[in-house]
Amino acid sequence: MDIPTRMGDGSLVRMSRAAIEAEVEAGVEAAVKRAKVDPLGEDEIDHLVDVFASPARFSAVDIGQEVVLSSDGVGSQDIGSRINDLQTYEQTVCTDTVELYHHDYSFKPIKPVLPFEQETMRQAQLLLTIPCQYGAMPDLGRYTAPDGPVANWSQLLPQGRIDESRAAQEEAVEHAVEDIVYVADGMYEAGADGINLDTAGAAGDADFLAALRAVERIRARYPEWGIQVGMASEFVLGMHGELEYEGVRLAGLWPADQMRLAARAGASVFGPAVNVNTGKTVAWNVARTCTICRPCTEAAAIPVHLNGGMGVGGVPMHALPPVDAVSRASRACVDLLRLDGL
Amino acid sequence: MGGLRTAGDLVARMQMTRRMRLPAAKAYVAERLGVTPGDLSDPVTMADVRREMGLGTIPTEDTAGPGDALAIEAKLNIARVLDVPVRSAERLRELTRG
Repeated sequence: MDIPTRMGDGSLVRMSRAAIEAEVEAGVEAAVKRAKVDPLGEDEIDHLVDVFASPARFSAVDIGQEVVLSSDGVGSQDIGSRINDLQTYEQTVCTDTVELYHHDYSFKPIKPVLPFEQETMRQAQLLLTIPCQYGAMPDLGRYTAPDGPVANWSQLLPQGRIDESRAAQEEAVEHAVEDIVYVADGMYEAGADGINLDTAGAAGDADFLAALRAVERIRARYPEWGIQVGMASEFVLGMHGELEYEGVRLAGLWPADQMRLAARAGASVFGPAVNVNTGKTVAWNVARTCTICRPCTEAAAIPVHLNGGMGVGGVPMHALPPVDAVSRASRACVDLLRLDGL
Repeated sequence: MGGLRTAGDLVARMQMTRRMRLPAAKAYVAERLGVTPGDLSDPVTMADVRREMGLGTIPTEDTAGPGDALAIEAKLNIARVLDVPVRSAERLRELTRG
């Protein structure tokens, strides 16, 4: 009998159990080839097949195996106030943490409106019980011309002006670190439970370096404050190519090594991100995600919250991801990776 | 884990402040609350524990009365019971010291 299952774009397809098993095995193989990691074991592959061969609407971990849920911003900002969003997620959705965010989700544009953000955080903290952190992206591209103060490496690189491109990225790192630390200081003062550097590495190795350096400075100031680092993608792009953090070259790092550096810098929680291939099934994508992330969770000394949302962690790339796919992806990753959270 | 319905927020606080992985965070919170780690995601058990210890709950007429600690009131208790820093509770103490 054909089983309803999903593609990475969210569309519903029907496949036999044997076809689903082939998808899982192909996903594992793709991860092994690309990320140079060990494959999943036979029992793990069998478990993934069982999860995806079920026709149930919803799938879940066993009772008692639940994990913490954090997020990169909560609420739509379309109904009521942002504090209403946070309260709804606390009291109706019942998430474990919430995150206040500005709709221009980058540290650079937040800097000039920080006093307004601080007042919102302060009021939120009076009304909430669960941890409320503040989140934004390092977003290094914001510092380039014509809007930013440094030369635009996306224009310099195609012209072969490598040295100028690298110098521009290094200068942007300095600006970004200052802005991230400035916002973090302000949010600590306002009572936030932590700061989330989301989508770290989005602009490549320099973007990740900015995040790590900022985390290091924030941790030195606040030894027991929450600092979350969520990645932009599975692999750090080498837009600069020569940048290092504590002697480790950043370009080309996969989740396990990303996690090690985030932990060394002082992060409390690390979020690996594995991108979804929309042309493959969710089963294929989840198998690939688990295989890539296994070395990360096995080596972790800090909590790992896998990014599981639209287009990452096996969750379909759709604005309204189907709950059957979201629950299968979440359950499978928690079961196989022993995650600390999502 | 269920957040305020259970003890998900408390376990999250241990991850955020002490960088504890999930099994250690659950064990720590369970020990401080006098329950088992499995109880932490059970809303029936945790509703009683949270009310008795003043750790906050969903603020509706069915789940909380005027004598129950909520929001910033509950966070003062959470900081004491878990022995962790809660920044907003610290601020409240600083600003109301007199």
